[in-house]
Amino acid sequence: MSFNEWFNDRLPVAQVVKDHLTEYYAPKNFNFWYFFGSLAMVVLVLQIVTGIILAMNYKPDADLAFASVEYIMRDVWGGWFVRYMHSTGASFFFIVIYLHMFRGLMYGSYKNPRELIWIFGMIIYIAMMATAFFGYLLPWGQMSYWGAQVIVNLFETLPIIGGTLSEWIRGDYVISDITLNRFYAFHYLIPFILVALVYLHILALHQVGSNNPDGIEIKKGPKGNRWSKDAPADGVPFHPYFTVKDVMGLVVFLGLFFAVVFFVPELGGYFIEQPNFEPANPLKTPDHIAPVWYFTPYYAILRAVPSFAGTQVWGVLAMGAAIVVFFFLPWLDRSPVKSVRYKGPLTRIYLIIFAITFLVLGWLGTLAPTVEYTAMAQFLTVVYFLFFLLMPCYSGTGDNLGFSGFLLFVVSLLLTLSGLYIWWVETPDLAMSMKWIYSVTSVVLLFWFGFKPGWIKPDPVKPVPERVTG
Amino acid sequence: MTDDHVDYKRRRMLTIATSGLGIVGGTALLVPFAGSMIPSEKAKAAGAPVKVDISKLETGQQITVEWRGKPVWIIRRSQEALDFLPSMVDLLVDPASEKPQQPEYAQNEYRSIKQEILVLVGICTHLGCSPKFRPELVASTDGAFLCACHGSRFDLAGRVYSNVPAPTNLEVPPHMYLSDSEILIGSDEGAA
Repeated sequence: MSFNEWFNDRLPVAQVVKDHLTEYYAPKNFNFWYFFGSLAMVVLVLQIVTGIILAMNYKPDADLAFASVEYIMRDVWGGWFVRYMHSTGASFFFIVIYLHMFRGLMYGSYKNPRELIWIFGMIIYIAMMATAFFGYLLPWGQMSYWGAQVIVNLFETLPIIGGTLSEWIRGDYVISDITLNRFYAFHYLIPFILVALVYLHILALHQVGSNNPDGIEIKKGPKGNRWSKDAPADGVPFHPYFTVKDVMGLVVFLGLFFAVVFFVPELGGYFIEQPNFEPANPLKTPDHIAPVWYFTPYYAILRAVPSFAGTQVWGVLAMGAAIVVFFFLPWLDRSPVKSVRYKGPLTRIYLIIFAITFLVLGWLGTLAPTVEYTAMAQFLTVVYFLFFLLMPCYSGTGDNLGFSGFLLFVVSLLLTLSGLYIWWVETPDLAMSMKWIYSVTSVVLLFWFGFKPGWIKPDPVKPVPERVTG
Repeated sequence: MTDDHVDYKRRRMLTIATSGLGIVGGTALLVPFAGSMIPSEKAKAAGAPVKVDISKLETGQQITVEWRGKPVWIIRRSQEALDFLPSMVDLLVDPASEKPQQPEYAQNEYRSIKQEILVLVGICTHLGCSPKFRPELVASTDGAFLCACHGSRFDLAGRVYSNVPAPTNLEVPPHMYLSDSEILIGSDEGAA
């Protein structure tokens, strides 16, 4: 009996490698958008490794934290390199994940039978945001402190439980040493939960098989390829075909990543914000505070919603809804096809509008609020939510919306009306031209994508090829 | 033992009772876990009152002291600024300070015990940033305090403007005068 046999009788490593790499057949038509899943895993590992090394020299104590980070930067051999990899890695993690999510949106990777993959992906995204938030407090700079102050105070706006909840999160009445200590514990813990979630994400993926740019189910297509009679004809083994392809993507990625690490680790204040080079001062807020770029789209939505009926919980709810709404995507999309390649023009146009909206909201979230910027953020918040709420209307081909689709249309109508109310009644300082542009555009969006005028109805869907050719 | 005499009813009852008790016990264990995260005795004790000497505070000047880890502002307002306050009423959400954002003794036109001395917790009621005092704008409708984080504005009595993110006036902390030149912040011995 060889050692291999002895070992694999006891621990089926060879079988796992077969099931998930050498005999896992992925569609042969993956394009560059399929790099980002494996890149995200590489960044996760990089973050964990650099994070553990940083933890060996970092001190989670309000009196020592800032100095210990400077110590890592100046006195620890290679400390600056490890820390800049970690801080740059955080931003690149989000870049990669946003591209990965956009890929899912484009090719309908969330649709039946991949709903659970999408949901686990969203849970991973939220866990990532939590990790990033906890980690941002650790350097104990001005932006760390006041950023955490603002975010924890979000919970205070919740009715009844708010005050107790935010005190429970901080363990104090303000952000303090106690808060720093526990945020460090959470920042160290969640990445390992992330690893477990990624495992489930991939397990669910390999159960149903990967989607592809054409949105064809290769498992339902013809059988038999060079490697196996039972494997899908349009699949190739993940290893070596896609491992080699992903290594190519990794090389390009690492080129960009280390260009930032070596030459512009702060990236003009977007990756590391300038006020964070000043130690936390609980008595003085920096003149302008904004979260790191990857949170700014949601931050812009938070600021866009004015307080109403004596509470500002509405902005917090809108921000939460902006994230939660992604979970419902598999059921909002009523199109019979998956890929944007074969979807109708309405879906394609709105997907582009949505991507631009997300980016502009992110830009607005980094700026100090003015009347003009706030109104623009309000308009884009309407556009953001209509993308999801009107999806049953514009993605479906039939006329029957059903009760849920109708209900979502009513919500869209109310959302648009509240936008109009805010611009015309509550914002006297806004230029007349802007009031008209925002009002007309949101009403046009609502009716064009909600009602689909006769000449374009139903949203024509191009025939999907039965199998991948070429 | 054979299956002939298995009492399934009894077995189900035992299974439910055992797992039920296990769940109750497991949940009870969460109490110390979650409880360890509430503010500790040390954090609670850090809220001792602070004495401030205001004899050197000049008209129009602001000083900031720390109380319970929060900034507390003390500002000596000019007569001109005080005369301007009544004209703000139309721009404000709660001009008469009806919401309990101040002790009773500060629920007046100036939101203070002595007209000219304003004492405020310098934390925006929106999301907890510390607004900026703009001494050049004390007699202007632009707002003497601006919160740079989300654009909330307050007048020189800490009253919030309408149509800004902050919902309520800035908080007046409990405080009392120990003498003409000394304020105790954080305690008012029930009244002042």
